[in-house]
Amino acid sequence: MTLNEQIKDTIESEDVVLFMKGTPERVLCGNSSRALEALRSAGASVVAVDVLPDPAIRQELSALSQWPTIPQVFVKGELVGGADIVQELAESGELKTILDDRLGEGWEAAQREERVVAIGPSSPLRLV
Amino acid sequence: MTAPLEDLLRTAFPDASELSVTDRTGGGDHFQVVVESPRFAGLSLVEQHRLVYDALAEPLADGTIHELRISTRGAA
Repeated sequence: MTLNEQIKDTIESEDVVLFMKGTPERVLCGNSSRALEALRSAGASVVAVDVLPDPAIRQELSALSQWPTIPQVFVKGELVGGADIVQELAESGELKTILDDRLGEGWEAAQREERVVAIGPSSPLRLV
Repeated sequence: MTAPLEDLLRTAFPDASELSVTDRTGGGDHFQVVVESPRFAGLSLVEQHRLVYDALAEPLADGTIHELRISTRGAA
């Protein structure tokens, strides 16, 4: 799969995807941390993609999403926003509503643990 | 450092009822912008923020803006 296909595949196949700098265990950017905490506060377990290993990930992602900055949060394949929006939505309670709407009833019980998905030009999609 | 960004936003949102750019850290590259404009009415937050990103595309691309926080509101 090309990088573009790997990104698309991840966005489309996972419920909640966070493209971030670093990983949930080692967040390397304040904005990525804000987005992660906002999602956690709403009860969402993210699938995280670290964009730092390859600048091409960020380029391909931004071309695809028409969103210039990192982090980026997707729910069921759709861009919810960056750190400011996700934080704003979490604080107003709307993030929970979006998750309820898009993931359907009982999504919280079906949550898996936070995971990191590695994306790279040469590596096949793999779970770490 | 904030004036050129404010100019770009004023051009993009001439009818803004509130518009401010703050240098968050004093370092000249981490900014908080607040825009309240009737143009945002009926748009999703993603669409609202995209308009702000579009207005600031050049300083975002050339590295003038290292980090940008955005707060948008449709004017009442």
